[in-house]
Amino acid sequence: MDSGLTGSVVLDAGDIGRAIRRIAHEIVERNKGAAGLILLGIPTRGVSLADRIASAIEQIDGDGVAVGALDITLYRDDLRLRPARPLESTAIPTGGIDDKVVVLVDDVLFSGRTVRAALDALSDIGRPRGVQLAALIDRGHRQLPIRADFVGKNIPTALAEQVRVRLREIDDIDEVTIEGGAG
Amino acid sequence: MRHLLSAGDLDLAEACLILDTAAQLASVTDRSVKKLPTLRGRTVVNLFFEDSTRTRISFEIAAKRLSADVINFAAKGSSVSKGESLKDTALTLEAMGADAVVIRHSASGAPHRLATAGWIQGSVVNAGDGTHEHPTQALLDAFTLRHHLRAGTGDLAGLRVAIVGDILHSRVARSNVLLLGTLGAQVTVIAPPTLLPFGVNDWPCAVSYDLDDVLPHVDAVMMLRVQSERMQAAYFPSVNEYSRRFGLDVRRLNLLPPTAIVLHPGPMNRGMEISADVADSTRAVMVEQVANGVSIRMAVLYLLLGGMTDEDRRDQL
Repeated sequence: MDSGLTGSVVLDAGDIGRAIRRIAHEIVERNKGAAGLILLGIPTRGVSLADRIASAIEQIDGDGVAVGALDITLYRDDLRLRPARPLESTAIPTGGIDDKVVVLVDDVLFSGRTVRAALDALSDIGRPRGVQLAALIDRGHRQLPIRADFVGKNIPTALAEQVRVRLREIDDIDEVTIEGGAG
Repeated sequence: MRHLLSAGDLDLAEACLILDTAAQLASVTDRSVKKLPTLRGRTVVNLFFEDSTRTRISFEIAAKRLSADVINFAAKGSSVSKGESLKDTALTLEAMGADAVVIRHSASGAPHRLATAGWIQGSVVNAGDGTHEHPTQALLDAFTLRHHLRAGTGDLAGLRVAIVGDILHSRVARSNVLLLGTLGAQVTVIAPPTLLPFGVNDWPCAVSYDLDDVLPHVDAVMMLRVQSERMQAAYFPSVNEYSRRFGLDVRRLNLLPPTAIVLHPGPMNRGMEISADVADSTRAVMVEQVANGVSIRMAVLYLLLGGMTDEDRRDQL
């Protein structure tokens, strides 16, 4: 199950690149520029996506945008359902998040529980002026009242299906596949 | 990982996992809200049958930063002074619902007894037992060494560490020899023959009696306190002579390579195993060791209690 062979490819490298550029444009448009923006990726693939969106914004707006990582493991609500998980790295840009607009970046928006945990983590780190959410894939099945501000692609799925995002930086390939479901 | 009883129980992967977790948790100390919700609803009992300031406070801060409830139990002023046994104390704690027991005891093996006798269901963390082990101290020493000499990542392969002083009575030395060995460091213990334990030749370390000989060839030196409270016999002629042969003064500090650091688990006897000049020098990292201790103990408590425990598994059945 570690290659795309078993699932159907719904986004290829070109699609992912276009989705990232569109999200970057939308972020700049919504916030009237990149000033005061911080992109925080949720590990692991959200961090790579945040880096890519940040460089796309730089091409659009000219100004660099602060980018970092926010590990939400310690804020999860399902910690007691599995053995203790190893922690990922958190990197908050110097200057902190107070009075900035934080854009959380994740690969797949599903139940919304990861985002809930990220919002809790943010409030312990500082008090941003606003928080927005960007996701490469929105696959539905929300369990909490949470929605994304910027979505690469909405993919209707069955609960039993698995959406897998693979990115060059981690998986040596850019693609999104849907696996499982029927069998 | 269910308990932390001995540094020797940790394999390389587990030891690195604890160090990496501690490195991530260290950033909490720099935040304005020094609190994580991770262990909400868990209860940690600090069961201290022996005096301790920094270890008990360190465990207490670590548990509180992770939002666990902390109960401090000191033997003085408890039913233990009325003659209660370890077993009855343990059964009492179990009835009160302790998820983890952090125990310090003057008897070597007490934490092992507590963990294996079936008296309690929770995790047991050894916070120092007799002259046996003190695994979280070894972990925080390894963390400090890794931070200074290995850029904060990976293992300690090839690192040369001298451990000097009262090896015989030192649970810190025993745990460090085991853990640093697992992490790939080359350890040399240095002490007068009277302060070396029986069977030290079977330890995974070298043994020397000459401090001046070893110092130029190490990356770090760890000075141990001479534990007078555990000495019923004369192990060396006089404090002066001990200090002259095995104490770290400025002359000996200058024998070390320029990047080498000095560690001490505390409490220090200034003027005995370490001179005041050395203790206050920039090469000495004692204050960092204390700060790192909190991160290490947070990591241990998180890894023991932060996921599914046996109790959670029973609740689901």
